[in-house]
Amino acid sequence: MVLKDFVQVFAGQFDDTPVEEFTPSTIFMELEEWGSLVALSIISMIDEEFEKRVTGADLRSVKTIEELYNLIQTK
Amino acid sequence: MYNPFSLIGKKIFVTGSSSGIGASIAIESSKMGAQIILTGRNAVRLNDTFSQLDGKENIQIVGNLTNLEDIDSIIEQLPILDGLVLNAGVLKTMPVKNITTSAIEEVFNTNIISSIKLVQKLLKNKKINKGASIVFISSISSFNVKIGNSLYSATKGAINSFMKVLALELASQKITVNSIQPGFIKTRALSSGIITDEQLDAHAKIYPLGFGKPSDIAYACVYLLSDASEWVTGSVFTIDGGVTSNGGH
Repeated sequence: MVLKDFVQVFAGQFDDTPVEEFTPSTIFMELEEWGSLVALSIISMIDEEFEKRVTGADLRSVKTIEELYNLIQTK
Repeated sequence: MYNPFSLIGKKIFVTGSSSGIGASIAIESSKMGAQIILTGRNAVRLNDTFSQLDGKENIQIVGNLTNLEDIDSIIEQLPILDGLVLNAGVLKTMPVKNITTSAIEEVFNTNIISSIKLVQKLLKNKKINKGASIVFISSISSFNVKIGNSLYSATKGAINSFMKVLALELASQKITVNSIQPGFIKTRALSSGIITDEQLDAHAKIYPLGFGKPSDIAYACVYLLSDASEWVTGSVFTIDGGVTSNGGH
């Protein structure tokens, strides 16, 4: 999956935040909708799409969607 | 010595006994005099539990209870049982909107469907003695729920309901059927990466008595497997270090 598609799938885990607000440089934890349920959605989406396991600590170790994407590639 | 909790002379089958709660139940029951039959998927870990058992009559059977052929072959190798502990379980965390068919199948097959099939076949093959004890390991997650754990909670609730009906149906044979629902027990299954040590430490603070050890559950199981509990059936035992009394966090 290329970064552009990852941003789309990432945005799909949110219910209220408009898709247009998401770019590779979005600092996702600053989004108003961010919370534990969205975090669980992101973790299970990465498990499903990439067959890779990231932890809550992994999510906290990065800021932007692109950084998360890069982190997944190293797993 | 007077001991109403003795398991001497009892043949007890423990599923999911390669590690954690199942392993502890097997080990403690063997120390109370039972002959143990172990099963689990991982031969190396199963043998590790086996080597810690007391007594010389114990048996280990490597197998996957979610596989029907394995169930049939395991049942063939089993003696007539005086005790059965159904402990196999997996946890998969995801919000409902991200649930996949494979996750449903894995969690339900391992946590409840395999147990139902096993019990059905054991009864049909008359492998459960009159006066025997059956113990299901449920979880406080059956009622004390967390986001992301819908599949796990649903199976643990199903275990408690299934257990009660089974208790009624087997009462005429003096077979008792109960469940234990543990709170957080620190085991390998729950410390395999998703949860960090910091998160564990924070979680431990809401437990009035701290986290449990596998043996805290095993001792209750010994009671339910012994003749001391012959009038106890259809009951759910919450053993959780006080956490569900503490606002149910």
